[in-house]
Amino acid sequence: MQTIRLLKDKIISKLMLLFTILSVSLVFIIGIGLYYKSIPVLQNSTWGHLLTSSVWKPLKGLFGFYPYIMGTLWVTGIAIIIALPLCVLTSLYIVEYAHPRVRRILMPFVNLLSGIPPVIFGVWGVLFIIPLIQDHIAPHFVEFSTGYSVLAGGIVLAVMIFPLIVSILNEVLRTMPQELKDASLALGATKWETIKKVILRKALPGIIAATVLAISRAFGETIAVLMVCGNNAVVPHSVFDAGYPLPALIANNYGDMMSIPLYDSALMFAALLLFIIILLFNIISRIILSRLERKMAA
Amino acid sequence: MTKDKAHISVQDLNVHIGGNHILKDLNIDIPNKSVTSIIGPSGCGKTTLLKTFNRLHDTAADVKVTGKVLVDGEDIYDPNTEITHIRKKMGLLSQRPYPLPMSIYDNVAYGPRIHGTRKRQDLDIIVEKQLKATALWNEVKDRLHSSATRLSIGQQQRLCLARGLAVGPEIILGDESTSALDPVSTSIIEDLFVKLKQDYSIVLVTHILRQAARVSDYIIFVYEGRIVEYGKTEQVLRDPREELTKEYVKGYIV
Ligand SMILES: Nc1ncnc2c1ncn2[C@@H]1O[C@H](COP(=O)(O)OP(=O)(O)OP(=O)(O)O)[C@@H](O)[C@H]1O
Ligand SMILES: [Mg+2]
Repeated sequence: MQTIRLLKDKIISKLMLLFTILSVSLVFIIGIGLYYKSIPVLQNSTWGHLLTSSVWKPLKGLFGFYPYIMGTLWVTGIAIIIALPLCVLTSLYIVEYAHPRVRRILMPFVNLLSGIPPVIFGVWGVLFIIPLIQDHIAPHFVEFSTGYSVLAGGIVLAVMIFPLIVSILNEVLRTMPQELKDASLALGATKWETIKKVILRKALPGIIAATVLAISRAFGETIAVLMVCGNNAVVPHSVFDAGYPLPALIANNYGDMMSIPLYDSALMFAALLLFIIILLFNIISRIILSRLERKMAA
Repeated sequence: MTKDKAHISVQDLNVHIGGNHILKDLNIDIPNKSVTSIIGPSGCGKTTLLKTFNRLHDTAADVKVTGKVLVDGEDIYDPNTEITHIRKKMGLLSQRPYPLPMSIYDNVAYGPRIHGTRKRQDLDIIVEKQLKATALWNEVKDRLHSSATRLSIGQQQRLCLARGLAVGPEIILGDESTSALDPVSTSIIEDLFVKLKQDYSIVLVTHILRQAARVSDYIIFVYEGRIVEYGKTEQVLRDPREELTKEYVKGYIV
């Protein structure tokens, strides 16, 4: 009997290892596949040129990805700048201030938001955000804007990643020990002082982790962003400029322009770039996070 | 008789939590500059009582407190009373140490900073004084700016005490403050309580009758939310007046 139980134990653990290896190697397989498909365009040009050139003339075999990379970074950056403070305040309200009854009503709403398909956010962006920017926001800053801009993309994206961040932050804040808050309150600190100096500080690694997850998701968000950000392959110089993020490039053109030589390879390279950006971003944030955790423990 | 003047005076106190009647018609005067221990079986309401003294129930939504708690003659449940002012008067030492997520130095300086002490020299003086008062100075003086969570549990508990003392309280509240500690740290904390009662009024919740005997001048015995007996330590432990108390302390051998 004993041996069978031990055997089971061993088999299970080996199986788990196997599946872990499989899912990890999937990342590499995808990366290698994308690279393999990008080879034609890489042979035609160089990494440096592809990354820094702004010239996009597929018929002449010129592929400059710089505007797309910048488009991606702008939209994602704007989304995070808008979403993060809102998310932190919302979570603090839900967890720390809202009456339990209000909390029970609010939470399902936040979760519902995450279930709405991206295309609906896209339509909402076109119908409400674009006119808002065109008529009410942009006129204060620039002479003319169609509203289709990286700002519109950022706003729509911010709303889309909002539920993800809020639900993680809620979890982080909810698990703060009451005794820790009491310790600060008992010293005569107000609730706000306690939140600012103790809770948010303690929650910082959690906030960063939530942000990383949200940014990774934001990098790849396609449909909703594609519908509102103008898809103009220029490097944005202000939030009111149109932009053309990498996922939009791929989605807009894949399958359409395949007769042009190298075009499919160029799109694969776009996918590879996106893949690398997300990978690098995750590695860097992991390092920051572990540094931070070490610093907090030291 | 100034020594025995009431520092905390509880009058007709009732506490309901989520519809349950937890504390029932309590009346006590807790004397100045002495150690008073609250004893009683688990769940009888000791922690709840202690929390009413610095209004820590305010953070919970479904707690209702009626009656009066006077500290230095001031009703702390009066809506006009400033809560931060009340809490500043009391240092709280909980069951397990909860150091704030910052350095040792900043833990002690946290309270004074909040109450307006900004100058580095002033803070330095406070930090050194309170770490010495809690017998921690020699152990940590070379790593004041490293994280407080690196300290041992016993050291953390003393740090929490130092942190509480740094705001200049008059009262120290301890809720089973030694239950997570080893015997050596426990006796350091106990000795501290005995020493500190010259300057502070101390209220301790404890499950350990020997500890109550060692450190306290008075004992309050609570049972199912009521005060059964309240008297000098000697009397309550050796010669209890009430049957319930007798039952509870009979395990204690003098
Ligand atoms: N937040 C709360 N919600 C519901 N009931 C509570 C809450 N806090 C305390 N109680 C109840 O109040 C009663 C007294 O609790 P309290 O924590 O004061 O007991 P205690 O005497 O400190 O016990 P112990 O010795 O185990 O710490 C218990 O019956 C407990 O279940
Ligand atoms: Mg208790």
